[in-house]
Amino acid sequence: MPIGAFLLRRLGLGLVSMLGVSLLVFLFLHLIPGDPVDHLAGGDATPDQRAKVAACMSLDKPAHVQFGRFLEGVADGTLGHQCPDPKGKPTVMARIAEVYPHTVYLALCGMGVALVMALPLGILAAIRRGTWLDTLASVTSLSGIAIPMMMMGPLLLLWFFLDLGWLPGPTELGPQAMILPAIAVGTHLMAMLARMTRSSMVEVLGEDFLRTARAKGLPETTVIAKHALRNALLPVITVAGLQFGSMLSGAIITEKAFERPGIGLLLLESIAERNYPVVQGCVLVIAASYVLVNILVDLAYGLADPRIRRA
Amino acid sequence: MNAKLSPAAWVGAFMLGVFVFLGLFGPLLAPYPVGVEAIDQTPQFLSPSMEHWLGTDENGVDALSQLMHGARSALTLSVIVVLSCAFIGVTLGVIAGYFRGVVDELVMRVVDILMAFPGILLNIAIVATVARPGLGMVIAALIANGWVGYARVARGQVLSLRERDYVQAARAIGASDARIMARHVVPNLLAPIMVQMTFGFGGIILIEASLSFLGLGPQVDYTWGAMLDQGRQLMFQPGYSHYIIAPGLAIAWVVLAANMLGDGLRDRLDPRQRGRG
Repeated sequence: MPIGAFLLRRLGLGLVSMLGVSLLVFLFLHLIPGDPVDHLAGGDATPDQRAKVAACMSLDKPAHVQFGRFLEGVADGTLGHQCPDPKGKPTVMARIAEVYPHTVYLALCGMGVALVMALPLGILAAIRRGTWLDTLASVTSLSGIAIPMMMMGPLLLLWFFLDLGWLPGPTELGPQAMILPAIAVGTHLMAMLARMTRSSMVEVLGEDFLRTARAKGLPETTVIAKHALRNALLPVITVAGLQFGSMLSGAIITEKAFERPGIGLLLLESIAERNYPVVQGCVLVIAASYVLVNILVDLAYGLADPRIRRA
Repeated sequence: MNAKLSPAAWVGAFMLGVFVFLGLFGPLLAPYPVGVEAIDQTPQFLSPSMEHWLGTDENGVDALSQLMHGARSALTLSVIVVLSCAFIGVTLGVIAGYFRGVVDELVMRVVDILMAFPGILLNIAIVATVARPGLGMVIAALIANGWVGYARVARGQVLSLRERDYVQAARAIGASDARIMARHVVPNLLAPIMVQMTFGFGGIILIEASLSFLGLGPQVDYTWGAMLDQGRQLMFQPGYSHYIIAPGLAIAWVVLAANMLGDGLRDRLDPRQRGRG
């Protein structure tokens, strides 16, 4: 498939997905009983004030009109307005734009931690297959998969902030304060990638071209670094890219554990306030990032490996 | 399929067995009652001791007993969700793969949509619709997108199975579509589905724990995720770290068990994968 057609198809599918997500979230938020007006207008609001809030959120209109309003907000880039006083408050998009960079930064740092730890672990395990190093690597990666992120974050804080006092605690920002959240969010992916790196390396190490490389007298380091790694790491990097979306959902948990600003914390706050426009906006932005990253990874993979491009 | 299970898989099976045993009998074996009648019967925040192995919480409720009741919630949740997801996923996947055409397109587009964004977002959106979700609401939220993986696996298998000679033969002697699917197709795709269900056990418990940790889990039952969240709130007081470690390790136990057994089952099913995972 030519790259243009591929891109069009993926973008189309991505748009359909996002429309689907919006519709699903809209349905769940609006069709199930429970009145967001109670929360936004306050318990002692007069019927007049309540009516104002309901009108502002279009809750007095039929569902399809409400969904239309939401799509209007998507189209004009504001993602809607916050009620009850849309003029005095920033648009939903402005609120998200304020915190979203923190989340992206966290996800990127987590991805960095995962790659930096996973690649050596997986490569070592594959080269020293069957030795205690291999066992150690597989125990490490299995533990990384099993230990819940919800435990990892608080435990890291307990040790490195409370007990040892080496690193900053919750609510703080700055490069040093990023270390613990990045480890918390990256460990799970690290474990997955280490397993993948190992299996991918084991497969490549058995290939004929490596035997040829060794037979012509190349030093072992060159054989591993130049011939094996290049072939083994391509699928690993792709999976890492595709997992970027899961880093975003991991960021929601980590932001709560470390009380860091971000789209996850904003989503949770808006849910607690029943502030539906913001909830919908957050979900849409996260879904859109996920779709976009996946398309970019697919494209990059196709460019890097001609065998895929032709397929 | 004749190869033996690896030792690690047996360890995983044993660990999963312990979890199932605690899930079935934990509430009966729990040393102290939990729930409303247990509140403030014992002093708060007792340190671990012979009487209270894991101490007591802010309400004076025995933490070990909570953990054992949590095992029941975790088992109930994971069994119901995994079985329902497998049933829905296999049914839709088999129908899509067998009939192809419009049905296939429809099912697979829904699958694409649900896989195109982080699943926990949908879970959060569903659970967030009620103020105090119970276990049932969380189960519904997890099923809403949990079936997708099973549908993909089932459909992929059916696409190759439907061209096999014995399926063609069954069709030639006039067997109905329903009979062919039930007798010839489904039994042959159960093995990969079983592998996926094993991994599912761990995954489901992690998602539930995430939801509880985010304050969106079942509010009416004791769950490990809720205990973790409680532990997090207590963390900054010295000597309370076991409130995080105990439920965290309980979750890790099940996830580890599910992964070890799942790896072993997958290897046995597909020897080419052996030693690669």
